[in-house]
Amino acid sequence: MNFEFPDFAPAVPEIFVLSMACTILIVDTFLSEKNRVITYLLSQATLLGAAVLTVTMHSATPQVTFSGTFISDGLADVLKVFIYLITAVVFLYSREYLVVRKLFKGEFFVLGLFAVLGMMILVSGYNMLTLYLGLELLSLSLYAMVAMHRDSMESSEAAMKYFILGAIASGMLLYGMSLIYGATGSLDIGEISSYIRNSSADDMVLLLGLVFIIVALAFKLGAVPFHMWIPDVYHGAPTAITLFISTAPKIAAFAMVMRLLADGLGGLHVQWQDILVILAALSIAIGNVVAIAQANIKRMLAYSTISHVGFLFLGVLAGTDEGYSAAMFYVLVYALMSLGAFGMVILLSRAGFEADNISDFKGLNERSPWFAFMMLILMFSMAGVPPTVGFYAKLAVLSAVVDVGLVWLAVFGVVFAVIGAFYYLRIIKFMYFEKPEDTAPLVTDFDMRAVISANALVVLALGIFPGSLIALCATVI
Amino acid sequence: MSIEPVLFYIFSAILVTASALVVVVRNPVFAALFLILAFFTSSAIWLLLEAEFLAIVLVLVYVGAVMVLFLFVVMMLDINLAPLREGFIRYLPVGVVVAVIVLLEMAVVVGPENFGLEQMPAPARHGADYSNTEELGSILYTVYAYPFEIAAVILLVAIVAAISLTMRRRPRVKYQNPAEQVLIRRNDRVRMVKMEAEKKENKEQ
Repeated sequence: MNFEFPDFAPAVPEIFVLSMACTILIVDTFLSEKNRVITYLLSQATLLGAAVLTVTMHSATPQVTFSGTFISDGLADVLKVFIYLITAVVFLYSREYLVVRKLFKGEFFVLGLFAVLGMMILVSGYNMLTLYLGLELLSLSLYAMVAMHRDSMESSEAAMKYFILGAIASGMLLYGMSLIYGATGSLDIGEISSYIRNSSADDMVLLLGLVFIIVALAFKLGAVPFHMWIPDVYHGAPTAITLFISTAPKIAAFAMVMRLLADGLGGLHVQWQDILVILAALSIAIGNVVAIAQANIKRMLAYSTISHVGFLFLGVLAGTDEGYSAAMFYVLVYALMSLGAFGMVILLSRAGFEADNISDFKGLNERSPWFAFMMLILMFSMAGVPPTVGFYAKLAVLSAVVDVGLVWLAVFGVVFAVIGAFYYLRIIKFMYFEKPEDTAPLVTDFDMRAVISANALVVLALGIFPGSLIALCATVI
Repeated sequence: MSIEPVLFYIFSAILVTASALVVVVRNPVFAALFLILAFFTSSAIWLLLEAEFLAIVLVLVYVGAVMVLFLFVVMMLDINLAPLREGFIRYLPVGVVVAVIVLLEMAVVVGPENFGLEQMPAPARHGADYSNTEELGSILYTVYAYPFEIAAVILLVAIVAAISLTMRRRPRVKYQNPAEQVLIRRNDRVRMVKMEAEKKENKEQ
């Protein structure tokens, strides 16, 4: 048989992260409790090193290696760099939270790095087998991280729900992939794509496979009606882990949607567009309406995630390059906003106190005007109020939808975005116009304060100068 | 008619019945045993497809290792099944409707018109000197090396996750430390206490 020895160069970042994760796993066992910070620093160094490697190894033309199972293109590299960045900030925000709750263990960082590796494999997967394996690597690490707080009933319940629903979704994905393999005779994204373009589009086997794959993607992203696990998992998991789940994996999930739907099954766009229209409309409506009723900020942000997933789907379902780049812009912006919002929840928490009720934000302006202002920026951005980047993200996906003639869907999205603005503005009202119930000073390290301020200011700055990020998204699609 | 279709139908019938019984029987030990039966018959079907390596591995790994552990766990854990079956009747109609719809969809698609012998011709029979294992190995470690490595990493994560979730220092657990036991000296355990004889007055009172 003819076998071409693979070129390892495009996969150097993956190999580096894997080697470092294994090294940290071993180093960590020899560290005493008080030296645990070394694990943290090594993890941050790993992410930095991976970012440097990804940028230096980047080449203008897409490179496919490992017998066509791995691709390194602009999309993969840009998403990977964002995944490193966001994970590094997640680790930074979580450090003190974990120390105070006696969860500051090496496993958090090792599993976090393995999750990053899973996301990297996912964004670089060019074969349904690697996509599936990357997804499993990511999910398995996340299940364990959610369950890590063993003494909390809520965490265990959340982990159980997450695990079972995740397993069902994986089963759906595998079944869909096996049907598509049965119809096309290949697992390779490129070959599937060319098979579909050369054949009649109404192949029943392909369509059933497509439906199963969309169900699985909707499960993983949390689109209505497959959203039930999101509020429970976000609520039950320790906030540091909610912060992780709600940010970087969404970027990886977007990459999976791009590889499977846009690249692989792009020829069936007419068919999957209708399904995504329903998923997007339901997500936007139910996410925004149910979020209003929440008293717990983690649950509220969970429903807000569901509505953001709806907007993300708006960009994807347009099926044009503008739509895909708008969706990519949206997911990157969403990850930044979610990072800041959950970061604020961590900032207000302290030993023995979780600031996870919306009422805990009451009177934040009196306690700390600066962080009240940062939260104001983040909430305005999530609601999509102009000088912030959230506005441009919504504008981009809505204009992509209007361009393909689905004006009613854009109007629907705008109406529910306005309804959704209510619960973001309610937090702002609590911060500025109510008396604080909790007057303890905010106790956090300098690095957390600096980075969370930077996070919110980036959201504002990107809102004033969105051009570079939009251009970046447009070039890599 | 050759013997192969007859064997296929016999094994398939056993497989379907056993799989159904795994879900239906009340006793979890019986369910595990039916699962073993299902694995055995599906490995027989794989043998009919000339996938000898997979058939043997299925029996060795799943029946030999996984299911034995499974049986141990089922027998050791005292699981009260009554709460698990709560709401079975309540959810039954929804479940049946969904199951029937999925079954119909599959019947429409996964049938002879899409996967019949015209679309998917039967592979050519190989001679006795053909090694299925060698063929699998030669693509597993070359073409599929990358997915193979990822699968290995997934197993590593499973180990890390399982250990981090189960190994923890619990207070008030009385476990032995042999090193400590060996190193013990008499003075650590026995203390000579000198006590004054009790006074007479106390006795008289």
